[in-house]
Amino acid sequence: MTLGRTLWYIILVKLLIMFAVLKPFFFPSHLQGTEQEKEAAVSAELTGRVNNP
Amino acid sequence: MDTIDSTLVDWSRAQFALTAMYHWIFVPLTLGLGVVMAIMETLYVRTGREFWKQTARFWMKLFGINFAMGVATGIILEFEFGTNWSNYSWFVGDIFGAPLAIEGIVAFFMESTFIAVMYFGWNKVSKGAHLASTWLTIIGATLSAWWILVANAWMQYPVGMEFNPDTVRNEMVDFAAVALSPVAVVKFCHTVTSSWVLGAAFVVGMSCWYLLRGRHTDFAKASIRVACWFGLVAALLTAHTGHQSGRDIARLQPMKLAAAEGLYEGGNNQGLVMAAALRPGVDWAAPTSEERFLFNIELPGALSFLATHEWDGYVPGIRNILEGGYPLPDGSTALSAEEKMQRGRTAIAALATYRQTKDAAEKQAALETLRANFACFGYGYLSTPADLVPPVPLTFYSFRIMVMVGGFYLALFAGMLVLGKWICRWKLALLAVVLSTPLAWMASQAGWVVAEVGRQPWAIQGLLPNVAAISRLDVGAVQTTFFIFLGLFTLLLVAEVSIMVRAIATGPELKD
Repeated sequence: MTLGRTLWYIILVKLLIMFAVLKPFFFPSHLQGTEQEKEAAVSAELTGRVNNP
Repeated sequence: MDTIDSTLVDWSRAQFALTAMYHWIFVPLTLGLGVVMAIMETLYVRTGREFWKQTARFWMKLFGINFAMGVATGIILEFEFGTNWSNYSWFVGDIFGAPLAIEGIVAFFMESTFIAVMYFGWNKVSKGAHLASTWLTIIGATLSAWWILVANAWMQYPVGMEFNPDTVRNEMVDFAAVALSPVAVVKFCHTVTSSWVLGAAFVVGMSCWYLLRGRHTDFAKASIRVACWFGLVAALLTAHTGHQSGRDIARLQPMKLAAAEGLYEGGNNQGLVMAAALRPGVDWAAPTSEERFLFNIELPGALSFLATHEWDGYVPGIRNILEGGYPLPDGSTALSAEEKMQRGRTAIAALATYRQTKDAAEKQAALETLRANFACFGYGYLSTPADLVPPVPLTFYSFRIMVMVGGFYLALFAGMLVLGKWICRWKLALLAVVLSTPLAWMASQAGWVVAEVGRQPWAIQGLLPNVAAISRLDVGAVQTTFFIFLGLFTLLLVAEVSIMVRAIATGPELKD
């Protein structure tokens, strides 16, 4: 196999793993729903994690 | 309080660090080797000598292998922002996302377009057009770095934004302040020039291997000459920009400087640590009767001078930063960690009130309280002042590795230029140069360790610590993906190194 073909093969395999395996199965979007629901979720997280002695 | 498991924070950080460090194996070589090959092609166009064309084409081949192996490895970082760092992504996505988008749309497309002409355009376009494509490829890659470093610099020094409590997002109000932040400019210059050193070190190391094997000696000597001149200039620029970066850190992230110097008790006329070993197991966040160093050789006053440009300048240590009360460069007095934590809690409580209340007057009062205390917002998430102290030994030793290797390359490039004829005949010296090549990566990675570990616990300096920035995920899921990445990255690295080694073993196709 020529060098160029080997590199293209590796690039395609890499992109396939990233977008067809990692993204859908291991990296789902954590925030879901409408913009207001996302705002509310982050707001609850940020105001809930505060440290009050 | 809604607690977050510290193990989750550690694994999320470990996964991001692993991905970023793997990505950073390829990027500096692209930035550095790209300029070396562009200089060689310029020599070809100026002199018309076929030798320079063949030399440039060989290094271009290695550039291509590195580019192909490194391309898209940064995409995983962007996946992680959405999954592992969702609070962070929402909180600052409007600002952080803009430079990343510009990088993708402008710089990366520019780089990708001209790289095609660079590889497939020999004999199809004029010499001048080809040379322009080569330079535009590396300018595109460097512009990519610019926008990524603008985003990183913003995390170190957040400017040009306003917090909107209705959307719980920081919104950009001054694009120029973000894009041309002094921290971004210095960080870009230091990162790019240090990558040039790495590129030059790679060319010198591989060329010495050819000399050691007695192959392609004219090619190797010519490559060494070009790389050493380029590397010498780059190393001097790296030292200068490193000093500028140190000044920024002294002004904006004094805890990072204190950690990098192992400075617990600050003051005026502070010495610069020249050689030292830290005592293992010392608690750097608390007073102790023990010596913090096993040994320590200092240059008196030099740290004060480097940080403030005055031999008697004040440099705060870890204790001073935690206790506050020392004078700041703007004339005000530093708050203690406890005071900042209290103000942070007030800001977060005001945000909660603002979002819950329906009463207009109460909402307005909460908004004013939030704005008055927003500068300390992130401190409200800390449990104790000790949370503000980064891992001192890691920061301290990484800083020394970076500086020492930088000094080594400065001496190596100068030495090769002055004593090149003698060194090229001495096999042991050639072998030492070949074996020292990985040091360039070690220094480059160590620089990022100082920049990122030294600013812990922050995801965004002062505004959002990691404990608030991460997503509430199952620790097992983060651990699983960490090990998947470790396996995947190791495989890809083995593939790259073996393809690169094969190309180097084959060598350039030199025709006279």
